[in-house]
Amino acid sequence: MAAVSIRDLRVHLGGQPVIDGLDLEVASGEFLVLLGPSGCGKSTLLHALAGLIDVAGGSVAFDGVDQTWASPRARNIGMVFQSYALYPTMTVAGNLSFGLRARGTARAEIAARVQRAASLLQLEPLLARKPAQLSGGQRQRVAIGRALVRDAGVYLLDEPLSNLDANLRAALRRELKLLHQRLGATMIYVTHDQIEALTLATRIAVLHQGRVQQLGTPGDVYARPANRFVAGFMGAPPMNFLEGRLAVSGGTPRFVAAGFELELRDYEFRAAAPVDGEPVVLGVRPEQLRIGAPGSWTSQVTLIEPMGNHQVVWFDCAGSGWSALSDSDAGPRVGARIALAVSSSPVSLFRADNGTRR
Amino acid sequence: MSVTSLKSMDEIRLGQLFAWPSRLTLEAWRAAWRSACTGVACEGIRGGFWNSIAIVLPSTLIAIALGALNGYALAFWRARGASLLFGLLMLGAFIPVQVLMFPLVRLLGPLHLVGSLAGIVLVHVIFSMPIMTLIFRNHFAALPRELFLAARLDGGGFLRIFLQLMLPLAVPMLVVAAIMQATGVWNDYILGLVFAGREHLPMTVQLNNLVNTTTGAKLYNVDMAATLLTSLVPLAIYLLSGRWFVRGIAAGAMKG
Repeated sequence: MAAVSIRDLRVHLGGQPVIDGLDLEVASGEFLVLLGPSGCGKSTLLHALAGLIDVAGGSVAFDGVDQTWASPRARNIGMVFQSYALYPTMTVAGNLSFGLRARGTARAEIAARVQRAASLLQLEPLLARKPAQLSGGQRQRVAIGRALVRDAGVYLLDEPLSNLDANLRAALRRELKLLHQRLGATMIYVTHDQIEALTLATRIAVLHQGRVQQLGTPGDVYARPANRFVAGFMGAPPMNFLEGRLAVSGGTPRFVAAGFELELRDYEFRAAAPVDGEPVVLGVRPEQLRIGAPGSWTSQVTLIEPMGNHQVVWFDCAGSGWSALSDSDAGPRVGARIALAVSSSPVSLFRADNGTRR
Repeated sequence: MSVTSLKSMDEIRLGQLFAWPSRLTLEAWRAAWRSACTGVACEGIRGGFWNSIAIVLPSTLIAIALGALNGYALAFWRARGASLLFGLLMLGAFIPVQVLMFPLVRLLGPLHLVGSLAGIVLVHVIFSMPIMTLIFRNHFAALPRELFLAARLDGGGFLRIFLQLMLPLAVPMLVVAAIMQATGVWNDYILGLVFAGREHLPMTVQLNNLVNTTTGAKLYNVDMAATLLTSLVPLAIYLLSGRWFVRGIAAGAMKG
């Protein structure tokens, strides 16, 4: 277990800055998820942490020891690759032990460690097989096992579940979480899947354009997104947005748009106090909307997406397409007029000019 | 050719080219192998056979070992100037052998490498380097790079990754390269003539001497037998390696 400290890290690929002055502190035993759309630099960051690409500036330290220019071999990290990258000509046992053999570990020790990792991941019956003879989920477990046998200080996981089908992905996600609970190891996990991020992480770092947009617990990132990018990226269906202005009169600030008004009774403004007429963007999660309650406004349903245990109701709100959630059987139909109200949990407000949280 | 090689000279003189031999005889084969005159000496082409073997084996093994190592280094280790080096190597593949012949003789002469087994092997290795490097580099470049990165993280060094991971993955390529190189070297004439020296003349050169220099009557049956003997080795390589070839391709088609 090791703490990871990244300071002002810059990485260039082909002359282009991919990571541009990134700071990140990962505590020992933490499960940090780097979340972001493809091309945001999250895999690059992972490769830079592993020492597989050279950095252009800044520093990386594990447990306070600078590793910026250490070789991958010296960093004591275990990594799981998106493509698994299992050695095709070696058996599962050979795959698991390659790293230990390369380091000249004693034979008895190798056998013990391989045995331990194999039993942890239920790989014992597969030890003599080649990767080509394994299913996708089994290959994934071997890839995780290959990282585990090393007893590394930090485990880096690069979209390890993205090549699996939906059911298997959910099952392995739970296995991973159990594994982390049992080992208490420091894990840095890259994904573009927000569900994986929310379920696995102790903290999420949302990455975009080579910078950390927000760093916080899953609940925090979901409920109080730091800017419009994070707000739009987290959550499915996505957060509903509406452009408007702040109105401050009689103490309670309100959000006002054409044909829409909302009292912001408990809203915690960041930095400056609200100014009357200030242009802002309102963000409301679909589950914060109640359908059928004595509402503040009505709208017409344009689309219904049944999800099995609930359904997503799409409607028009002052020119923007909004969605809300409803029960499967008691929901409205397309074309019906529905009454809507914003429930008590806090909404989000963003500055109209740069999208940061208001 | 086969039919003629099994006839006696008397029968050949009848001019019935496509007729079966009335009496099968291996006399011509024996003569070609043991006693036909290749220039001054009349010891058949068996000496050339062993010379060729002695040239082909090291030329093939060394060329493949170096080519695979080169290709691996160029594909994965991206040293500074690697692409320039690769470009130069490729350029080398397009320069005809004959152009380099004279400079090479001048270069190797003072090193006492002209007219020796080591010299001819060295020359073969040098001339095969571009194509050997090319096929191995392309093979390794087509492998997922994450495989190499995983091995690096696992602590594998340059040679360990090459020997334990990359070489087993290149078995189909090794077979193809061995076939190419072995047949290429076996069939070579001009390099053997220039660089091998009198003691190590390969079979092809002796065959030429046998066929083109005659004293007295031309022994067509012996010529034919000697030619067949010379072409037996490439033929055997193709026949024996075909199985491996297919197996290699099938293995490569499997998803790792």
